[in-house]
Amino acid sequence: MRYVRGMTTTTSPADSAGIYVLAAHPHWRDSRVNRQLLAAARAVPGVEVNDLYGSYPDFSIDVEAEQARLAKASLVVLLHPIQWYSAPPLQKLWFDDVLSYGWAYGRGGTALQGKDCWLVATTGGPEASYHPQSYNRYFFDAFLPPYEQTAALCGMRFLPPLLFHGARSASDAEVAAHVDIFAQRLGSYPQWPELEELDVCVACPVPETDRPAESDDLDKAASAAFYSATARGLASMSAANEENNNSEKGAA
Amino acid sequence: MEHAPAWLTSSLIYLGAAVLVVPLSKALGLGSIIGYLVAGIAIGPWGLGLVSSVEEVLHFAEFGVVLMLFLVGLELEPKRLWNLRRPIFGWGTAQVLSCAAVLFAVGWAAGAEWRVALVAALGLALSSTAIALQVFGERNLLRTPSGQAGFSILLFQDVAAIPILALLPLLAGATAAEQSLSGLDRTLEGLKIVGVIAGIILGGRLALRPLLRWIARSETPEIFTATALLLVVAIAALMQFVGLSMALGAFLAGVLLAESEYRRELETDIEPFKGLLLGLFFIAVGMSINFGVLIASPWLMAMLVVGFMAVKLAVIYALAKAMGLAYQERPVFTLLLAQGGEFAFVVFQAAGPDVLPPEITSLLIGAVALSMLLSPLLLVLLDKFVLPRYSRGNGGPQLEEISEQQDAKVLICGFGRYGQIVGRMLMSQGLRVTVLDHDADTVEGLRQFGFRVFYGDATRLDLLRTAGAGTAKAIVVAVDDIEQSLEIVDLVKEHFPQARIIARARNVNHLFQLRDRGVTEVEREVFESSLRSARSALEALGWPAHEARETALRFRRRNILLSDEMYPHYKDRAKLIAASKAGRQQFQEQMAREREERQRRSGRGWDGLGDEEHRVKEEADA
Repeated sequence: MRYVRGMTTTTSPADSAGIYVLAAHPHWRDSRVNRQLLAAARAVPGVEVNDLYGSYPDFSIDVEAEQARLAKASLVVLLHPIQWYSAPPLQKLWFDDVLSYGWAYGRGGTALQGKDCWLVATTGGPEASYHPQSYNRYFFDAFLPPYEQTAALCGMRFLPPLLFHGARSASDAEVAAHVDIFAQRLGSYPQWPELEELDVCVACPVPETDRPAESDDLDKAASAAFYSATARGLASMSAANEENNNSEKGAA
Repeated sequence: MEHAPAWLTSSLIYLGAAVLVVPLSKALGLGSIIGYLVAGIAIGPWGLGLVSSVEEVLHFAEFGVVLMLFLVGLELEPKRLWNLRRPIFGWGTAQVLSCAAVLFAVGWAAGAEWRVALVAALGLALSSTAIALQVFGERNLLRTPSGQAGFSILLFQDVAAIPILALLPLLAGATAAEQSLSGLDRTLEGLKIVGVIAGIILGGRLALRPLLRWIARSETPEIFTATALLLVVAIAALMQFVGLSMALGAFLAGVLLAESEYRRELETDIEPFKGLLLGLFFIAVGMSINFGVLIASPWLMAMLVVGFMAVKLAVIYALAKAMGLAYQERPVFTLLLAQGGEFAFVVFQAAGPDVLPPEITSLLIGAVALSMLLSPLLLVLLDKFVLPRYSRGNGGPQLEEISEQQDAKVLICGFGRYGQIVGRMLMSQGLRVTVLDHDADTVEGLRQFGFRVFYGDATRLDLLRTAGAGTAKAIVVAVDDIEQSLEIVDLVKEHFPQARIIARARNVNHLFQLRDRGVTEVEREVFESSLRSARSALEALGWPAHEARETALRFRRRNILLSDEMYPHYKDRAKLIAASKAGRQQFQEQMAREREERQRRSGRGWDGLGDEEHRVKEEADA
């Protein structure tokens, strides 16, 4: 049995800004920059930090708990290294599982409306490599639309990302300066100068014809509720049962 | 047939009779023991008269009982034997003494001479270890309270036979004093016995295992088999020499080897010999039934058989009640102990004409042999008429065997800790699952929790069929007994090939045995959970959870690969160890290379955590 250890919160009731940092790194021990960013986030009062790979090493995400944390936050921070021009796989799975239809988007899916989403990412390649003339062939902006649109469909504002290129080759001083900026930003949210100039989130109305049929949804929701109830019932039954069963016909 | 050597002719007769009659008897639902007995009667002096040297065969075949006790001993570690000391000496004494006392009283009251009554009572109080253990084993009852109690009592009888045999010369001495031993002789005799038993225990502890190891290393399987047989023969001879029960000595040797790594090998080597010799023993018992006496005085014989069995049934049933055995288990227990036993033959023959006149001896031996023929028949009747009524009794636990045809797509055999997890997970998905378990307590307990669990022995083909094995897509074999697991797998492979077998393996050897049978979906029962704990240990050292998982998964893959490589050698211990060592070393080297590679790439220390890492952790803990 595992107990979630990746979660850390330093609560201070006075600060109600509600920041939820999702930190995703498959190999923290190989990390240079993200690890320091993680430590910095944990040191800021009132910030809830979840080390996704620590919390869900088996890729089995507790969707209800994640949604509850999101509901409390007004800023969701995505902290991770860019891998193959995208988020690490567990962060992607988190999007798939947690941002569910009817909750984060779609009919009745308004849980995240009006919240902010902030990408804090590092790349291994230096900034210059993200150029049409270099080996990454695109400016880094070209890889951002999936993030931006994920936020937009959920009704979230996508804040200007905080990027750090060349994480392997940067000097210790550069890394330290970057970490400081990050910590300072977390501490001062939502009093950021650039937020004034940012538009409210663009609305993304989806035509009814693009929606799955309603009866299907109801069925799905109903059967999901049924299964989770059954599972819970069986689980509680089994707990009692296991106690009874300790001496199971063992000794041969 | 003059030119055919005697051993060839007799092998032909015995094997032919057994092969013809035993399957027939099984097909008729009478069980194998009755088959052997009938085969014996058929070829014996009162049947076709093909064999006349009954005594000789009986003596030779008694070795089957010796081998059986050796095997029983192998299953019983010294610690468990020690735990059984109370049932053995308490219930054992109670059974032998109370049965003998009542039988003696009845015999005496019926007008027999007191010494005849006493010897007859003592002999008839004993039961047939061969039949009883065979039946307990066939019905998977050995682990139930009644099986344990029965076994304990039978074991005590083997011990009790020694003083009984020692008593005979004394009784004879009451008329003819010439046979009594002097006190010095007696002391010497006693010392010899103590010496031999101590020798067996010491030798078994200190010498046997190194010897077996040395022989196993010689890599000649037939010599290992020969050693196993030699071991039992030698101990039997030794016990014979000091006048103790051969079976008891073999049992002792078995117990001493129960903890050794060669237990399984010894078992598989001895098993076929035991089966054949035990069969021969039953044949010999069949042959020794003296129909002459039966024909001469049928009523006396009938009275004797019915009388002594009735007395024993009554006494043992009362005993079973006093022992607190479940009422469903009492009939079989009582019947198995109520029949006469092979030791009675020895006692009656050893008594000699001074104590027992020859005509009484053959009458008594006939009665015992008849009871051994009768009790398997009575058992069949019991199964047909009495036991079903018990399970239908109102108020009592609803433990009828599965009887309605089931058709769920998944059948789970064995619903202990393992099967339950499998079953509950499938049920949580709204799937219908048929569950079969043969432990009455488990079944009752689970039913209280609302599970639909059927009571039944999954090693029985008819019950498997009723449970829907014929239409199941998957059969989960989750029983905790290796033998039973393999039995079920064999049955399913042969009769229900459409079902995919998903098996729980108790250990690597079991895993390989399952692979021998072509089962591919096998899980070693504690493998995955042990990996989980290894992950937790890494995390305790500060490893990030996900990296601990990756490492565990990689170790897991590697370990499974290694067991694949070891599989072809699993019957050969030396090669197995070599393959395992080589595989482990290869894996360690590979992991070391990968650590170096990562260290080179990330430019930081890998073993243990750097200072930085510690800081992160400490901050996290704050």
